[in-house]
Amino acid sequence: MKFAVVVFPGSNCDHDAYYAVKEVVGQDAELVWHKDTSLGGADAVILPGGFAHGDYLRTGAIARFSPIMQAVNAFAASGGPVLGICNGFQVLLEAGLLPGAMLRNRSIQFRCEHVYVNVEQTDTPFTLAAARGQTLKIPIAHGEGNYYAEPEVIAKLEANRQVIFRYATVDGQVTDAANPNGSASNIAGICNATRNVVGLMPHPERACELSVGSADGRVLLESAVKAAMLATR
Amino acid sequence: MRARVFVTLKPSVFDPQGSIVTEALHTLGYASVKDVRQGKYFELDIDAASADEAKKLAGEAAGKLLANPIIESYRIEVDGEAVPGKAVR
Repeated sequence: MKFAVVVFPGSNCDHDAYYAVKEVVGQDAELVWHKDTSLGGADAVILPGGFAHGDYLRTGAIARFSPIMQAVNAFAASGGPVLGICNGFQVLLEAGLLPGAMLRNRSIQFRCEHVYVNVEQTDTPFTLAAARGQTLKIPIAHGEGNYYAEPEVIAKLEANRQVIFRYATVDGQVTDAANPNGSASNIAGICNATRNVVGLMPHPERACELSVGSADGRVLLESAVKAAMLATR
Repeated sequence: MRARVFVTLKPSVFDPQGSIVTEALHTLGYASVKDVRQGKYFELDIDAASADEAKKLAGEAAGKLLANPIIESYRIEVDGEAVPGKAVR
């Protein structure tokens, strides 16, 4: 299977994602420049972390005008799996592919540390291989990951089981102390209504080998591989 | 024509930056400052025939790009006139 990793000016986790796909999960990967208009026949798309377009105006706000985003929109609309990591999540929000918006972290600090997230749902292409309720140790690195949506939007996300990852303690307790940024309902990641577009603030691509402190992030990429296998069967 | 666009977080949205600035002002001894809301300010130099036209264009720019309607609202001034707006993206 082939992953397209989109490279915006200011992306800085593109090579981490490329490495994780290619060297850890053993799949084909291609870096796709934001001015390209084709995803090159990829089976899945990753919008990586970083500071696309310098985070000018708002995080992700300018990236949605990058030419490649038309191809990403079409790919998502046709049911293709799209994963937005950190800044990639922020881009998906600004592009309207996922509901809600990001605010500055409630602490105003840039938080760079390992956190724990519960996998709330496994019926997405990026959580298929995980166990429901499994707690993953994955790093975060962001200043604006304080997820916000109107209360009725949050209620709809909960009712439709679109909250995919939630900040928790090491033993899976969803507490305010385990919430690193003030996100509504401890939300760390969500999916769209058709469940093929997933965004999360933690960096699974930085947690794919034990030598870097955790390999828990691998399950997201392995899920995408499993989903692609099931789709072609 | 010059249009000024003021973008602020909606009143219902917590402003972490404003709250830290409030604390800093209190540290400086300005206890009378009860709250600070931080926002963004844009000046648009617009080639328009009338203030109404400039106002309309600035409103579209604010609604589609300068403000995020989920968390922000905006206000436009053209030649001293204030026009409250609602983001419509």
